Amino acid sequence: MQKSTLVFLLLLLSALAFHFGRQKSLDSAAGQVRNLHSLPGYYGYYTALWCGLPALMLLFLWLLFETPAIVHLVVASLPPEMASLPADRLSLLINDIRNVVSGQTSASDPVIQAAAKHYRELRETSNLLLTGFAITLSLAGAVFARQRVRSDFRARNRVEKAIMGFLIGSSLVAILTTVGIVLSVLFESIRFFQLVPASEFLFGLDWSPQVAIRSDQVGSSGAFGAIPLFTGTLLIALIAMAVAVPIGLLSAIYLAEYASRRFRAVAKPLLEILAGIPTVVYGFFAALTVAPFVRDLGTSLGLSVSSESALAAGLVMGIMIIPFVCSLSDDFINAVPQSLRDGAYALGATQSETIRKVVIPAALPGIVGGILLGVSRAIGETMIVVMAAGLSANLTFNPLSAVTTVTTQIVTLLVGDQEFDSPKTLAAFALGLVLFVVTLGLNVLALHIVRKYREQYE
Amino acid sequence: MNKRPERMARTHELVKAGLARRRAAEVRFRVYGLISIVGGLCFLFTLFGSIVGHAGAAFQQTFVALDVRFDTEILAPDGKWDQEARMAADYGALLKQSLAAAFPGVRERQQKRALSALLSNGAAFELRQMLEARPDLLGKSETVWVPAASDADSYAKGQIDRSVDESERRLSDQQLAWLDKLAAEGRLQKRFNTTFFTAGDSREPELAGIRGAITGSMLTLLVTLLLSLPIGMATAVYLEEFAPRNRWTDIIEVNINNLAAVPSIVFGLLGLAVFINVFGLTRSSPLVGGFVLTLMTLPVIIIAGRSALKAVPPSIREAALGIGASHMQTVFHHVLPLAVPGILTGAIIGMARALGESAPLLMIGMVAFIVDIPSGISEPATVLPVQIYLWADSPERGFVERTSAAILVLLVFLIVMNGTAVYLRKRFERRW
Repeated sequence: MQKSTLVFLLLLLSALAFHFGRQKSLDSAAGQVRNLHSLPGYYGYYTALWCGLPALMLLFLWLLFETPAIVHLVVASLPPEMASLPADRLSLLINDIRNVVSGQTSASDPVIQAAAKHYRELRETSNLLLTGFAITLSLAGAVFARQRVRSDFRARNRVEKAIMGFLIGSSLVAILTTVGIVLSVLFESIRFFQLVPASEFLFGLDWSPQVAIRSDQVGSSGAFGAIPLFTGTLLIALIAMAVAVPIGLLSAIYLAEYASRRFRAVAKPLLEILAGIPTVVYGFFAALTVAPFVRDLGTSLGLSVSSESALAAGLVMGIMIIPFVCSLSDDFINAVPQSLRDGAYALGATQSETIRKVVIPAALPGIVGGILLGVSRAIGETMIVVMAAGLSANLTFNPLSAVTTVTTQIVTLLVGDQEFDSPKTLAAFALGLVLFVVTLGLNVLALHIVRKYREQYE
Repeated sequence: MNKRPERMARTHELVKAGLARRRAAEVRFRVYGLISIVGGLCFLFTLFGSIVGHAGAAFQQTFVALDVRFDTEILAPDGKWDQEARMAADYGALLKQSLAAAFPGVRERQQKRALSALLSNGAAFELRQMLEARPDLLGKSETVWVPAASDADSYAKGQIDRSVDESERRLSDQQLAWLDKLAAEGRLQKRFNTTFFTAGDSREPELAGIRGAITGSMLTLLVTLLLSLPIGMATAVYLEEFAPRNRWTDIIEVNINNLAAVPSIVFGLLGLAVFINVFGLTRSSPLVGGFVLTLMTLPVIIIAGRSALKAVPPSIREAALGIGASHMQTVFHHVLPLAVPGILTGAIIGMARALGESAPLLMIGMVAFIVDIPSGISEPATVLPVQIYLWADSPERGFVERTSAAILVLLVFLIVMNGTAVYLRKRFERRW
């Protein structure tokens, strides 16, 4: 039986179980709902949960372990000289067998043919077993639950407990995600640091991750000094913030203090559209329009500008961050109590003097927090730099030359074929670890500043 | 005795002297603010203008009219004309013959090749499809409109500058002359580019379409929605309504806020290391893509859900509890239904973000070149933003306009989604 059919069948059985459980409760209460502890529907849900949940869990576990188990059995049945092949050759062989099984290729080798046949048989047996077990389990659960249904049985409490379990389980997903991120990045990074010392990675000045396939190749020993990547990332983030902070902050001040209600109602959503545009669109815009423009402008001024200059990528990234800085600053400027402004006016300050000398200093911690969040975004932004910044790891602070960033290198290292034992692939995870730690630090700092400030006026 | 009025007069004078300067500063400050807003909006309009400007051309495709004689000798040299023969027949030769008939002066091999280069590689496929639908055409003649190659298409759209030196152009003078002749005979026609919406990816710009990418995006979003909406809602309900205030719930809360700000590419690393390497799920499949995007959108949905639940006034809860509902019943029968519009708004915004996301999907291999249109969530697929990235990297001129057109399609989807969210909020927002 197909697994989707099985799931459908289990759901159908659960629906039936709901009906039976409900009916049983009504019967046991002689048709009088007020004799029951819970509403009849809860008895139905209780039966349905017992009918569906265990069987679906079994199905889930089965799906998790079915393929590895079958592969293990097939490998065990292979002739000994094939089963003892090195791991990578073996996985190729298994791939061949699988392709034959799925009918994509036909095998000429009789051993593979036999293995494929064995594979198919095992799969059928497994399917049959699963169907049998799941349906038995589901029926047994339903019968068990139905037996427990009596007029004084506390069905609502049981059902609510199950729902509570689901709620708690769901909120653990967020924790599991963080744990998953930390573990996955950390493990691969540790493996990387076994191959390349951490000091070389963090302080080395030379980045060329190509590792030679043959030992006699020239210039491809692989160097993993990440300093050029860090400076490149910082340079681009700096340019981005140099664009985003003044424009975003001044826009926020104008919107919050000067703009009429109508102007604000039009301009604010329009600016926020900038935040909703996918980054790949910004990347395309940077590569197609901004980079040539910057290069031509530089050439006409007599400067030599690389066609993948940091300036172009940084400018576009700055545009992307404007709404972020703007809306956060706007919130914090609005949160400054009117009494502060009134006090300044009463002393004879003009509106701009009030803003510069009273409002902004009062809102400063929040604005700084917002800017830090913006920096963390700029550092973690990927598509713009992948499409508009270069790949050459130059150690320079010249915004007109090409630099590369941490995120660009992660993408370049991981797109395409990967071997999980080469330092090249593992380096991407080490870079990911640095990225995660740095952005996390910035976020925690920013949230801390913001929270502290918020408490001030509330 | 009269020192005080004197001092006041001096203060007055001082203030007056500075007044003009201060007024000017006031005006300057205001203008700075206005300039930055206008500047920001200018960026927005330049971006849209540049994309719409490039995209327009992609919705049209040039077709060439050829008088094709469905020659029995070429198509069915051994006299057989069944399904198999129709599949295997040499339609390229048919095209060459038709071109030779249209341009009798062309004799040399090299010139013939240059002439054939004006037609798309898909032209032969078009002929095959035509004959499969109407096998009785064998031996007859008919005028067929076949797609032009990308370069010829560019020329017909006026994108190739004749004044540029021949060696720097994609088409030679001779080829341009042929195209001019075809145009003069009315054999060139620009039509609406249906291929763009019905085909999968291709190496040839004129045969490439976004249907595969859109299907992939839809499948990925479906997985994301089915997972993130229930989990996100459940988390929001738990944290807002049930969770005791203790260290654990504090940790969960801080955690969710931090996850919302983790760079998306890190989620890609997680997907690669956990879903693909540990669990062995298929690379490039919408299933894995959906998992990764779920983890990314969860914080958005949870935060929106919590604020929607928070907005429901406590009196509703108290009323329900007062007439004897259990805590769970109160939440699920009374509070949650009132918070649903807010949660849905958050979910749509989260989905819109997931639709535009590409960086984490590059990590899990959705960047592969995939021609087929995916038919299930465990088949290799790509998504619209990644397709845009792939095309943006292609050197062919024809892909620039197609990239812009794909971006336009993506933006239309996003505008519709965000518009729905705004509408939902406006329509169902309740002030208590």
